[in-house]
Amino acid sequence: MTATVESQRSKALKRAGLTALTFLLMVVMCVPGLWVVLSAFRPNAEILAKPPVWIPQNPTFDNFRKIFGLGTDQVAIPVGSYFMNSLIIALTSTAIALMIGMAGGYAFARYRFRGKGGIFLGLMLFRAVPGIALSLPVFIIWSKMGIIDTKLGLIIVYVSLNVPFTIWLIDGFFRQIPLSLSEAAQVDGCTRWQAYWKIEFPLARSGIAAAGVFAFLTSWNEFALASQLTRSTTSKTLPVGLLDFTAQFTIDWAGMCAMAVIIIVPALILTFLVQKHLIAGLTFGGVKG
Amino acid sequence: MAEITLDKVVKKYGGLDVVHGIDLQIAHEEFVVLVGPSGCGKSTTLRMIAGLEDISGGLVKIGDRVVNDLPPRKRNISMVFQNYALYPHMNVRENLGFGLKIAGEATASIVKRVDEAAEILGLTPLLDRTPAELSGGQRQRVAMGRAIVRRPDVFLFDEPLSNLDAKLRGQMRAEIKKLHQKVRTTVVYVTHDQVEAMTLADRIVVMRDGRIEQVGSPMDVFNHPRTTFVATFIGSPPMNLLPATISGGAVRLADGTAVPIPDRLSDRVHEGRRVTLGIRPDDISPVGHGLSQDGPGAEVEMEVELAEPLGMESLIYTRLAGQEVQAKLYGPRLVQPGERLSFRMALDRAHLFDAETGRSVRED
Ligand SMILES: Nc1ncnc2c1ncn2[C@@H]1O[C@H](COP(=O)(O)OP(=O)(O)OP(=O)(O)O)[C@@H](O)[C@H]1O
Ligand SMILES: [Mg+2]
Repeated sequence: MTATVESQRSKALKRAGLTALTFLLMVVMCVPGLWVVLSAFRPNAEILAKPPVWIPQNPTFDNFRKIFGLGTDQVAIPVGSYFMNSLIIALTSTAIALMIGMAGGYAFARYRFRGKGGIFLGLMLFRAVPGIALSLPVFIIWSKMGIIDTKLGLIIVYVSLNVPFTIWLIDGFFRQIPLSLSEAAQVDGCTRWQAYWKIEFPLARSGIAAAGVFAFLTSWNEFALASQLTRSTTSKTLPVGLLDFTAQFTIDWAGMCAMAVIIIVPALILTFLVQKHLIAGLTFGGVKG
Repeated sequence: MAEITLDKVVKKYGGLDVVHGIDLQIAHEEFVVLVGPSGCGKSTTLRMIAGLEDISGGLVKIGDRVVNDLPPRKRNISMVFQNYALYPHMNVRENLGFGLKIAGEATASIVKRVDEAAEILGLTPLLDRTPAELSGGQRQRVAMGRAIVRRPDVFLFDEPLSNLDAKLRGQMRAEIKKLHQKVRTTVVYVTHDQVEAMTLADRIVVMRDGRIEQVGSPMDVFNHPRTTFVATFIGSPPMNLLPATISGGAVRLADGTAVPIPDRLSDRVHEGRRVTLGIRPDDISPVGHGLSQDGPGAEVEMEVELAEPLGMESLIYTRLAGQEVQAKLYGPRLVQPGERLSFRMALDRAHLFDAETGRSVRED
């Protein structure tokens, strides 16, 4: 009797300890982000204050007003263009990477073909190479082709960066779907194409959504390659735009933080929107078990 | 009309032949069961009929169409898969109606036909559930409903009951049989369970290593197995097989025990031929506790090694000529291990197979 109470107590203690640890880790992870967000709403002086001021004393939207060039002396940063560039580049490259990923992932999951293992391994190895290591050759080729400082140039880079990952992820999801579902649909009167769209695609949808989110975030946040391949408002993306706040001798932390918030918010919103899909997993009740 | 014809059908995977030229005629509305041990090519054969597997050689005909190059959807068949393959993202109603919807049926008629099929299979209260919310037996029923709703020419079943527990399996077996009596259609049914084969089939096709070993009605296959393989595969417990030689006008077992040659086989064997004597456990019983007391027989004394009482009968393990032999005792009498009893073999139902080829001597 006492023994079980004891063990229950120690269990509860353990759980509390784990929760505390998790919370601590979360705090450590979140603090920098929180600092950035808080700093977006206060003047530069307060950011640099020692000892640090945590809660903004005079919360203000000035930083945002400044970067949009609204009624102050600050030189406006073309945030609007950057935002549109980022959006166009990230969405387009994600859409293309997803289409290739769906076709490729399906092929890897369902068909046998010559060199399958080799190609798959090659894709994964390509993932292992840091993109920045390829930046010089990419830069040279892109400039020969005349697509430096174009959205197209970045889109191509991001598509190739994302395709291995989307293929890998989507392949895994299609593999989980029993082949017999597609076969049952074909017996039921579907062409292979119809079976794909009516049965297999809806079941892999969560996985495809997840792959899409990851691809979008990769493109949306990428800085290293974009900083080399873009020059002007025609193609500069938001992360590259952050550098506009560094002058020779000063860094406008407040403006930078405000812009960082502008970058973070859409990414957060997107992740929240699809989190159901990300977590949901798949229910395969139609198959045994 | 949907008879099915397999004409020298071959399946190769790369260099590996898994089905070696099968010939089979299945009549309109016939219930044919393909049975055989694991890996013998039953599923492959069924899937070639369905169009889910390319045919490497030979012809498959459904009705009078050669269907070798037709995709599944053009063969007017339906299939019940071993794992049911219900669409997890659709409820039961949508699962049942899917084929009709694809075929472009009017909504009203889909509803009507789905309701009919649900009625037949007792699925009406479950129509709004998803497959994940069903029990194994209910899923099984939905899978069958999906097959009958389209009124195909041919039903194909691939081990549909193997995921169910023994009791439910027996129940569903009976339901499939009833279903076939209601919805008369040509059926090809794959199983490795000989009880399913015996109870369901109009005709059994016993397969082994990609070949057909024997085709016939359940009773025919049971009473006249053409090979030792069929003899041991059909019937439970399996037929006892005892090596023997024909000598001095009798079947002489390894230890010298002489058993008279069964009358109907006496002109099939000659002196000195090496044979295998086959006799089912039901046909060896302690004297006075067998199925029949008259007719030609032979008596041997054997010691009981183990007895499994099954209520009104017992299965007895004993030993004859150095071989384990299973015998049946009919009646509620209990026997003990070590007991020596006189057993009677009913020779009118005994079999002789050639020792080398394993083929019944009736076949020569
Ligand atoms: N894709 C494949 N590639 C190579 N060999 C295969 C393939 N599919 C099946 N086989 C082989 O073909 C043979 C027949 O397989 P099949 O699935 O028809 O057996 P089965 O009689 O249905 O057995 P079970 O009772 O286990 O389902 C097996 O030996 C199997 O190993
Ligand atoms: Mg099989």
